Amino acid sequence: MGKSLFEKVWEAHAVRELPNGQTQLLIGTHLIHEVTSPQAFGMLRERGLPVRFPDRTFATVDHIVPTNELQEPYSDPLAQAMIEELRKNCAENEVRFFDTTTGMQGIVHIVGPEQGITQPGTTIACGDSHTSTHGAFGAIAFGIGTSQVRDVLATQTMALNKLKVRRINVDGQLSPGVYAKDVILHIIRTLGVNGGTGFAYEYAGEVFDNFTMEERMTVCNMSIEGGARVGYVNPDETTFEYLKGRPYAPKGADWDAAVERWKSFASDPDCEYDDVVNIRAGDIAPTVTWGINPGQAIFIDQPIPEVAQGHTASERASIAEALEHMKFEGGTPIKGTKVDVAFLGSCTNGRLSDLKEVARYLEGRKVASGIKAICVPGSQAVARIAEELGLDKVFREAGFEWRGAGCSMCLAMNPDKLVGDQLCASSSNRNFKGRQGSVTGRTILMSPLMVAAAAVTGEVSDAREVFGILEPVGA
Amino acid sequence: MALEKIVQVSGRGVPVPGDDIDTDRIIPARFMKCVTFDGLGDYVFYDVRKNEDGTERRHPLNDERYAGATILISGNNFGCGSSREHAPQAISKAGFKAVVAQGFAEIFFGNSTQLGMPCVSVGSDELDTLREAVEADPQLEITIDLEKKEVHFGDRSVPCEIREGARQVLVNGKWDPIQDLLDAAPRVDAVAASLPYMSGR
Ligand code: SF4
Repeated sequence: MGKSLFEKVWEAHAVRELPNGQTQLLIGTHLIHEVTSPQAFGMLRERGLPVRFPDRTFATVDHIVPTNELQEPYSDPLAQAMIEELRKNCAENEVRFFDTTTGMQGIVHIVGPEQGITQPGTTIACGDSHTSTHGAFGAIAFGIGTSQVRDVLATQTMALNKLKVRRINVDGQLSPGVYAKDVILHIIRTLGVNGGTGFAYEYAGEVFDNFTMEERMTVCNMSIEGGARVGYVNPDETTFEYLKGRPYAPKGADWDAAVERWKSFASDPDCEYDDVVNIRAGDIAPTVTWGINPGQAIFIDQPIPEVAQGHTASERASIAEALEHMKFEGGTPIKGTKVDVAFLGSCTNGRLSDLKEVARYLEGRKVASGIKAICVPGSQAVARIAEELGLDKVFREAGFEWRGAGCSMCLAMNPDKLVGDQLCASSSNRNFKGRQGSVTGRTILMSPLMVAAAAVTGEVSDAREVFGILEPVGA
Repeated sequence: MALEKIVQVSGRGVPVPGDDIDTDRIIPARFMKCVTFDGLGDYVFYDVRKNEDGTERRHPLNDERYAGATILISGNNFGCGSSREHAPQAISKAGFKAVVAQGFAEIFFGNSTQLGMPCVSVGSDELDTLREAVEADPQLEITIDLEKKEVHFGDRSVPCEIREGARQVLVNGKWDPIQDLLDAAPRVDAVAASLPYMSGR
């Protein structure tokens, strides 16, 4: 019987079984950022341990960088202290740091792939739950806590329990105006926010075969929102094409050898999965969240659920809690809900293709009055290419603020925050209470183009209507 | 460094009801602007405990009857969301020694175990019984027994679940794996050498 990619990568990296039954797994690539690494370096110092493989760790700064303030010292002294601490830790331990002056800085899950550091058949760890993003390349990528960051720095390994594998096939064709973001929101809504606990998700089927790497990354990114710590797509020509020529990708003869090796990691056609889920692409419409977790989602033309629709007492309680926080009434349409802020960015949807797609439709349009709209490229490289293409002008002329690279309004660790109970149409990945910096702030997750539609109309809208995206003839 | 063998955890409980309590709720991101975990305990559940002006809201963690509780009792999928160890650290630094819930998010569970803070799951009806008992008598002594996999309170006890590997490391005082990991250094080198991308080939 064949093996899945997960099993093959796991076996290739297993060092030994630990006395407690966990596996000591070699971590090929370690990515770090300023929020979850300083304490780990502190623990290393306390024990007098060096970084074991400094050239397998790569650092960037993303969460705390202000995106509208490029000069240091930053006005927030805590942010300044954190960037300096990272700089110091990297220098002392000879870890490569994509600092703000390198032109390579950005959100860790955007930088790894665009530099060619993220490669198929590898294990990757990062002290950040959206590390699952890197699975788009056929890597096994784990989000970890700070003590595990310490373990990886000190030993290049960590103790893990093997996961089961669930294959999720999405077959058929997506309708125009339906994006990778809608696919993953639909998967999470279908399988639940903790449906993936104990599983690695293998995404497959026609839709994934046809997806670009950036689309695959958008889906893998949000695996953790469905409870799956790991999500991946088997590597194929699309993967290799993307990696070719990137700074850290193998070159020359090494390249051909690497491609052969990478191919060998793909799941065998006859491998058995612990679970298989089939989803029809044609069933998916533009999806938006209405509540306070990413599973509380509906299609744009569906009504907001009512408390009575919950199947259990706890489900009813969570619908009631979500409606109260969102200030929504069950049974009413979500379309037409007034928004205050439109946020385009994050490690889910802050890549070049996201910006390009939006700019294509935004040209000649204007952000509705009273709406704060910001566009935050996920990395300095994304920003640079976008500017070369003139996308920044399109966004500015439409009334978007054009910012520097960082996590920005995805979470409240930099100056970009919601105020009071503002409602934000957001291309990010979490709609938890307080996530965007105001305790009473409200978040609706959606695809980048839906964010643009909300910005232009000032309300939650169907991007297909706003931008005249038609169903194909005969559909 | 020998670690404590965590076989039983005893103390009073405090219920923080609700399912899907996420790590942003446990420790809001703005309090993660720090380079050590010290002091995080003050900010645990901050936004549900305090009003924006800093005054206290009605919340079990502000309720004097539960002062000094060391066992946190919550709902299903506790600790979902981010991988931030700041969340279990904040709970632990606030004086908690264990969490009882219906279920836990994976990364949170692993992070907590590695801190020596057991996370045990009990069924939803049993959880209600436990919560109601604690609400009726906040002085009630609770004991989590990791050997028997039971939670005792008053004259009752309910079964609890914890992943076997995690249970073992806790009861054997091996919840921090760093020494085991370090011990295998020669094998790590061998596996690394077998992987072309790691050996620079
Ligand atoms: S963009 Fe958001 S989710 Fe992604 S790494 Fe930054 S804070 Fe985390």
